[in-house]
Amino acid sequence: MDVILEIKNLNKHFDGIYVSKNINLKIFRGSLTAVIGPNGAGKTSLFNLISGYIEKDSGEIYFQGMDITGKKPETIASMGIVRAFQVANIFPDETVYDNVLVASISLFKKSVNFLADKYSFKNIREHTDMILKNLSLFEKKDLKASELSHGDQKILDIAMALTLSPKILLLDEPTAGMSPDERKSMVKVIKELHKKFNLTTLFIEHDMDIVFGIAEIIRVMVRGEIIAEGTAEEIRNNPMVIESYLGKEV
Amino acid sequence: MKRLKEYSPWFAIVIAFLLILLLPVSEHKIHLATRILIFGLYAVAFNILFGMTGLLSLGSALFYGFGAYVTGMMTKSLGGDHFVYLLLFGALCSFVIAMPLGLLCLRLTDVYFTMLTFAFGQLAWGVCIKLYNFTGGDDGIQGIPRMALLESTKSYYVFVFLVVFLSLIILWKISKSPFGLVLNGIRQNRSRITFLGLNVYKHQLFAFLISSFFTGLSGGLYSGLDGSIHPNMFFWTQSGSIILMVILGGINNFFGPLIGTIIFILLEDYIGKTTEYWPFFLGTIMLIMVILFPKGILGTISTFIKGFSSKREIGNGCHS
Amino acid sequence: MDISFLLSQLIGGLSTAMLLFLVSSGLSLIFGVGKVFNFAHGSFYLLGSYLAYQFINMFTNFWVGVVCATIGAGIFGMVMEFLFLRRIYGRQDEGGFQILLTYSFILIIDDMVKFIWGSEYKTIEKPEILIDQVQIGSIFIPKYSLFILIVGLLIAISFWFILNKTETGKIVKATAIDRDMLGLLGINVPLVMTTVFGVATAMGGLSGALAAPLRTVTPGAGIEVIIDSLIVIVLGGLGNFWGALLGSIIIGEVLAFGILWVPQWASLLNFLVMVLVLIFKPEGLFPQKKGGRV
Repeated sequence: MDVILEIKNLNKHFDGIYVSKNINLKIFRGSLTAVIGPNGAGKTSLFNLISGYIEKDSGEIYFQGMDITGKKPETIASMGIVRAFQVANIFPDETVYDNVLVASISLFKKSVNFLADKYSFKNIREHTDMILKNLSLFEKKDLKASELSHGDQKILDIAMALTLSPKILLLDEPTAGMSPDERKSMVKVIKELHKKFNLTTLFIEHDMDIVFGIAEIIRVMVRGEIIAEGTAEEIRNNPMVIESYLGKEV
Repeated sequence: MKRLKEYSPWFAIVIAFLLILLLPVSEHKIHLATRILIFGLYAVAFNILFGMTGLLSLGSALFYGFGAYVTGMMTKSLGGDHFVYLLLFGALCSFVIAMPLGLLCLRLTDVYFTMLTFAFGQLAWGVCIKLYNFTGGDDGIQGIPRMALLESTKSYYVFVFLVVFLSLIILWKISKSPFGLVLNGIRQNRSRITFLGLNVYKHQLFAFLISSFFTGLSGGLYSGLDGSIHPNMFFWTQSGSIILMVILGGINNFFGPLIGTIIFILLEDYIGKTTEYWPFFLGTIMLIMVILFPKGILGTISTFIKGFSSKREIGNGCHS
Repeated sequence: MDISFLLSQLIGGLSTAMLLFLVSSGLSLIFGVGKVFNFAHGSFYLLGSYLAYQFINMFTNFWVGVVCATIGAGIFGMVMEFLFLRRIYGRQDEGGFQILLTYSFILIIDDMVKFIWGSEYKTIEKPEILIDQVQIGSIFIPKYSLFILIVGLLIAISFWFILNKTETGKIVKATAIDRDMLGLLGINVPLVMTTVFGVATAMGGLSGALAAPLRTVTPGAGIEVIIDSLIVIVLGGLGNFWGALLGSIIIGEVLAFGILWVPQWASLLNFLVMVLVLIFKPEGLFPQKKGGRV
C-alpha cells in the first residue's frame, strides 16, 4: 500500500489562533478516512490547506511523493486532489447537466475552446452522462441547479468533484442538512465509489453512525491538532477522544 | 421546433435589415439603423465581459475610441480604399493594447476593477486631447473617407450589417462554447471554477481580449459612419451609455444588449429632436429601469412568460 | 523659486485639498456606511454651487446663501436616498445597479441645473471681508483660501469628535460594520442611513458653495469633481475617513505643483496617480486594520 498523501509538521494560525498545529499524517491510496472533531477544530482548514486554498505557515504536503505546498488551488485540483463542499458550491443559473459539463470540460482541457459548441465533444458528453447516471441525477439534468432540493444540490456538488476523476476526494460534511433517506443514499454512494474506483476518500463528518459505519481510519482533531488516529474500535474506546469530543454516550 | 426557436432572433435581424434596405426609407433612418448596428455590436461585445463573465468595466470606451482613432486616422492618411482592412487593423490594435491593460486590471476584483478601467479610460481621453498635434485634440478628426464602393449611406449600411452580423455569429458561438460556459461559471461562482482546476484570471483575460477586439471593431465602423471622430469617444460617459443599453435590454440574454441598443438609440433620436434635455430623460428612464425592471426588457418578458408556461425552458438563452 | 512662493503654492494646494476633502469625505462616508459608491456625489457639489448662487442673490448675503445651499443639498440628498437608494441596498451583487442608479442621478441633476439656471457661466462675488490677502511674514495668502482652510479643518475636527466621542458616532460606525445586527438591537437603521447620506451630501454642497466664488459656476463642475474625488478615495482607501483627508491633501498638492512643473500634463497627473495606486496598492495608501472603517 503506498502513501498517496503525506503531511509533515503542518502549521497554520490566524492572528495567533492555531487552526493547524503540528499536523502529521499519512493517507494510503484507496483508503476511506474520516476526520472528526468538535466545531472549530480545524477540519475544514485542513482541507483548505491541502487543496491550496490557504497558505500554510510551515510544513510540507506531499502528493504522490511530490511537494505540493504553495501550489495554486487550480493546479492542485487538476493534479487530482478534488474537494466537495459543506454548503453546495454550484452554478445556480446553469442546468444540472451544464454544472457537470464544466467539470468535464476542465478534465478534457477544452476550457479555452471558444468556437465549438459545448455539447459537440463526444468524450465530454459521454463522461458527463456517466457521472450523472451514476449519481442518479440524469433524469434531472435539464433542471436549473438552483431549483434542486438541498440534498440534490449536495449530490451535484459531489458529482462535479467526481467528474474530475480525482485521485483523492475531499468531502466536507457530505450529509450536512440532509434528510435520513438522503443520508442513506449518500453513504451508499460514497461506499460504492470507494469500492468501485478504489477512490482515496477523506471526509469530514459529524454523524457518528456514518463515521463508525464506513470509515476505515478515523482521525480526531481538536483545536488544530490530531489527537488520535485509528480504526473505529480504537477511537471509540480512546479515553482522550471520549473526553474531548465523543462524550460517554457512544 | 427547438431549432426554429433558437434561430428565430437571427431571422428577425435579417428580416429587419432587409425591410430597412428595401422599403422606401429616409436616409436619416438608414443612418440610424447603421448606428444601431454599430452600437449593438459594441453592446453585445461588452456583455461578454459583463453579463457573461461578471466583470463591470467603466473603460470599454477606451477600446472603442482606440479602434476608431486607429482606423480613422490611418484611413485618412492612406486613403479610403484601404478602409476595410484598416478596420480590421484597428480592431487588432485594440486587441493588442487590451493585453497589458487586461493583465493589470484583472488583478483587481469588483469595484476596484471597475475603478481601474475607469482610470485608464480617462487617461486615454486625456492623452487623446493633449496630443493635439497628432490627434487634433479637442477638435477631433473629420473627413475620414470611405472607399468608393461604400460611399452611399445605403451601401455603408449593408457593409456594416455584414460585418456586425458576422461578428454576432462569432460572439454567439463563443457564448455557446465550452469557454463561454466557463465564463458563466466564473460569474456565478469564481471559487468553484478554481476548485475545478481552471485558472480564473486566464479565462477572464481571454474574455477581456475578445470583448476588446469587437469593441475596437465597432469603433472603427463608427469612424466610417460620419467620417468624424472625437476624444469624447473615450470619455467614461460613453462607457456608461453602453452599460445602460445592455441593462435596458437584459444582461442574461445574448440578444438583450441588442434590444437595449435599439430602444436607447431610437429614444435618443426621438427625444433629442424634441428637446435639448436628452440626458434628463435618459436619466429618468434609467432610474425607472433600475427600480422597476432590473432584469431589463428581455429579462422581464422572459420571466413573465415563464410564469405562464408550465413547460420548463430547455437550455435557452446565452448562458445555458 | 523662493520659499515664500512655494509656501503660498502649498497653502493654495491645501485650500483646494479642503474643498476636495469636503466632497470626498462624504463619498467615503456613504461607501463606508452604506456600501454604495455614490457616483452622483459630484452633482451635489454642483447643486451646492448653483443653490449658493441662487440664495446669495436672493438674500444678498454670502453667509446666508452658503448655509442655505448646504442645507438644500443635504435635503436633496436625503430625498434621493429615501426614495431610490434604499431600494438597492440589498442588491450589491448585481454590481451594475449602483453605478446605473447613481449615474442616472448625474444625468438628471446636471441637466436639471441647466434647465433651471441655463448653461452660461455664473459668477459669485466673495464677501467683502474675505477679499484681498493676508500677510504672514513674507508670504501672501488670499484671505478666502485661508477661510476655506479653516472651515475645512473645523469640519474635519468636528467629524472626528462626533464619530469617536459621541453616541451618534458609535452608532454610525456600528452601522458600517453590521447593519442587520444593529437593526435587531432596536436602532432605526434607515434613519441612520438617511441622515448619513444627508450629511455627506450637505458637505458636498458646502464645498460647491464655498468653491463658487473661486471658480465660475458651470454645469460641468459636477463631473470634474467626482473624478477628482474618486482619485482621492482610491488613494485614501474606500470608506477611510482620514484617508480621504490625506488623499485630498496629496491630490491638492499634486494639482498645485503639477501645474508649475508640467503645465501641459498637469490634469492627467491625477489619473496617473490613481492608476499607479490601483496597480500597486489597491487598498489605498493608508490601509486600515480590519474592523475599523469610518
